[in-house]
Amino acid sequence: MKFTRFFTAAALGLALSSPALADREILNVSYDPTRELYEAFNKEFIHHWKEETGETLVVRQSHGGAGKQTRAVIDGLEADVVTLALAYDIDAIAEKTGRIPADWQKRLPNNSSPYTSTIVFLVRKGNPKDLKDWDDLVKPGVEVITPNPKTSGGARWNYLAGWAYAKEKYGSEDAARDFVTKLYQQVPVLDSGARGSTTTFVQRGIGDVLLAWENEALLAINELGKGEFEIVVPSVSILAEPPVTVVDKNAEKHGTTDVAKAYLEYLYTPVGQKLAAEHYYRPGDPEVAREYADAFPDVNLITVDSAFGGWRKAQETHFNDGGVFDHIYQPR
Amino acid sequence: MSGAVSSLSTPANAVVTRRAVTEAAWLRILLTALALAFLGVFLVVPLVLVFQEAFSKGWQAYLAALTEPDAWHAVKLTLIAAGLAVPLNVVFGLAAAWSLTRFQFRGKQVLITLIDLPFAVSPVIAGLIYVLVFGSRGWLGPWLEEHNLSIIYAVPGIVLATVFVTFPFVARELIPLMQEQGVSQEEAALTLGASGWQTFRRVTLPSIKWGLLYGIILCNARAMGEFGAVSVVSGHIRGKTNTLPLHVEILYNEYQFAAAFAVASLLALLAVVTLVAKSFLEFKHQRDRERATRAAARQEAS
Amino acid sequence: MSRNRVIPGFGLSLGYATLYTSLIVFIPLAALAASGISLGAETFWAVVSHPQAVASYKLSFGASLVAALINLVFGLLVAWVLVRYTFPGKRIADALVDLPFALPTAVAGIALTALYGRNGWFGQYLEGWWGFKVAYAPAGIVVALTFIGLPFVVRTVQPVLEGLERELEEAAASLGANRWRTFRRVLLPALVPALLTGFALSFARAVGEYGSVVFISGNMPYRTEITPLLIYSKLEQYDYAGASALGVTMLVFSFILLLAINALQYWNLRRQGGG
Repeated sequence: MKFTRFFTAAALGLALSSPALADREILNVSYDPTRELYEAFNKEFIHHWKEETGETLVVRQSHGGAGKQTRAVIDGLEADVVTLALAYDIDAIAEKTGRIPADWQKRLPNNSSPYTSTIVFLVRKGNPKDLKDWDDLVKPGVEVITPNPKTSGGARWNYLAGWAYAKEKYGSEDAARDFVTKLYQQVPVLDSGARGSTTTFVQRGIGDVLLAWENEALLAINELGKGEFEIVVPSVSILAEPPVTVVDKNAEKHGTTDVAKAYLEYLYTPVGQKLAAEHYYRPGDPEVAREYADAFPDVNLITVDSAFGGWRKAQETHFNDGGVFDHIYQPR
Repeated sequence: MSGAVSSLSTPANAVVTRRAVTEAAWLRILLTALALAFLGVFLVVPLVLVFQEAFSKGWQAYLAALTEPDAWHAVKLTLIAAGLAVPLNVVFGLAAAWSLTRFQFRGKQVLITLIDLPFAVSPVIAGLIYVLVFGSRGWLGPWLEEHNLSIIYAVPGIVLATVFVTFPFVARELIPLMQEQGVSQEEAALTLGASGWQTFRRVTLPSIKWGLLYGIILCNARAMGEFGAVSVVSGHIRGKTNTLPLHVEILYNEYQFAAAFAVASLLALLAVVTLVAKSFLEFKHQRDRERATRAAARQEAS
Repeated sequence: MSRNRVIPGFGLSLGYATLYTSLIVFIPLAALAASGISLGAETFWAVVSHPQAVASYKLSFGASLVAALINLVFGLLVAWVLVRYTFPGKRIADALVDLPFALPTAVAGIALTALYGRNGWFGQYLEGWWGFKVAYAPAGIVVALTFIGLPFVVRTVQPVLEGLERELEEAAASLGANRWRTFRRVLLPALVPALLTGFALSFARAVGEYGSVVFISGNMPYRTEITPLLIYSKLEQYDYAGASALGVTMLVFSFILLLAINALQYWNLRRQGGG
């Protein structure tokens, strides 16, 4: 009898006290190439938050193809923060769900992109085909590996970088279109995602050059084969700005708005910036950037806004059905 | 029946018939070799590759990949999903096979085809249909949100997707079997006064148990291995909504090839375990039957 | 119809089967159809009759057909050998047959691409010696689809073959039929329903397959792009209705094919029963 009462009391006490004890949890929905970065960053932030507030925080991560992740958030995956590949993806969430205000990009510095990257070439050791710039890629017999821009967000950056180069060099949209058409005729395999392309190039030994994000290329060199590959930086490339934002309505629902905001702001602090640089992203903070200047060579970086009038327009003209990319391939 | 026939044939006769009902030795060897070559090229070599990759960093790395907390969580979730999907589809399979093979009615072929359909649905679409129904912009989305329920990007969605892709297995295995067996035994039992439930348990179930077992094994294997549909509705939250196949993909995308193949080899092993269980049951069954025949023969002799 | 009076449970079993089928299969597929139809007839037609889509149907259905045929022939062979002959390692061979279901399709795709790629165990000879390209070509898609559909024919034929009474064969043999004739006239007709079922299932499964194919196919528009990949690229543009339209089209094709096979089955059963 006594025992039962004791247990009931204990159970009740537990049940009552547990909400207060329960750790708050935030969910960061991100895309593929940021896995390593956020694994390290989350540890730092949890530590930082514990010191600041005494609260033990749980940060959950979800990674996948950028488009798929965006759709999941649109269809109900309750992310507190999203850290995605393109502003276009976050625009889509804002537009289709209203969970993020339309002017989200103005809420954090640098267009809400704490770190940036660019597109570079990864070639085999010694650069046997002597590929130095974009023009070399369309020479006969050169095989280019890049994923399918219809299914991979990263691949769209590759495409636009090539386009931006040709437009800069030859001066017209038509010439750019010709160049990109030739470029894709050199592609033997269109993987569905960026990491699939890396594997095709590195593991399967297919292709002479891989078009990749700088951070992915550096990671591939360090993780997959030191000394087997080299990075070639082209004369012109594109400024990739992966944006981050709080999903307001979800955070409000979970009561995590303060943590979510602090989480993203922490990305802009020297600690966050250094972590980004260590994971091969170009830091936005000029001081940290100077510190890591050796790792990131100077490139003439063109923004999507200046060359293509923003992501929405680029997506519509180039990648939607019936767009420029669809005309590269003709029925046989 | 068979006993009657064989007891009539003399030993010399039996040799003749034996030769006539099997093939020449060279043909038997050729056919066996062909079948094994096919299995070798299509199954064994890929499997060897998986294990080779899995052990490419040694035993320790293999074990480490399997004992990591996220991997354990994925194992648990996979077992939960399969543990719910298989019984649900077994009950359905029995009901469907019973109604489709014991009665005549209109629209039977359409119902059978509907049962087959989930196999033809692309995994991408299989995930999409549940998004269209349960997603926050789907048919039931707003209502679910109002009541603070989540189906997709949570465990129920994963179970639903698993049920969908394994939906036809048990029914499909039982329908041809029960059709072939006919109803005479059940009718006999019923006219002798057995209840419907008794007839099902004592007459139908024993005669379909092997087909049922095959169905369960296939259903279970596929439930644990499904990737595409589950990947659409899971949300990929590490340590929360990742099943084993999704965990494999994550590891692969992190360039942890050895770990990815280690987890994949675990899935292959899980499938082999169910098959060993099946082989054991079959062996036991055969032994029991042989014992029974011998006992019967002894009785007859005395 | 007299059977119906003796055997109970018609209402219960059919009711439950129908309800469950509706909940799990029919209603979600109706949502898909509704989403496709929301495009309007003209747009719907434009989406599903686009040359790129048509090229992908040809590839998806063509490769699935070839793979299902390979599985039909070799599935029968494997089932036959496993049931009728004894050889060392038979149990292991039997156990391996289900492997393609348990291995996640992505792993299968990766493993097969590694084998048949230019530097793979098979690929280096096929491509290097004979110039026969498997990975990143339609042949690779057939290989992947054969792999994932392999268990179906074996596992549908096996139980039937096990259940066949030997007397029929013995009778045929004693009447002077040779082995091939016995096989063709006595065994094969008994196996046809199971073979057809296995064929239909492995075909159906192949048509929709995505995970393993994307790794090995190369995904080149008009050449090695399967329909499920097109559906996926529609989703990337948030074009749910377009994706649904393609999905519905594939389903209608598959439904008609499966219905035809099931009807053939039914007709075959009736003919046998009647004759």
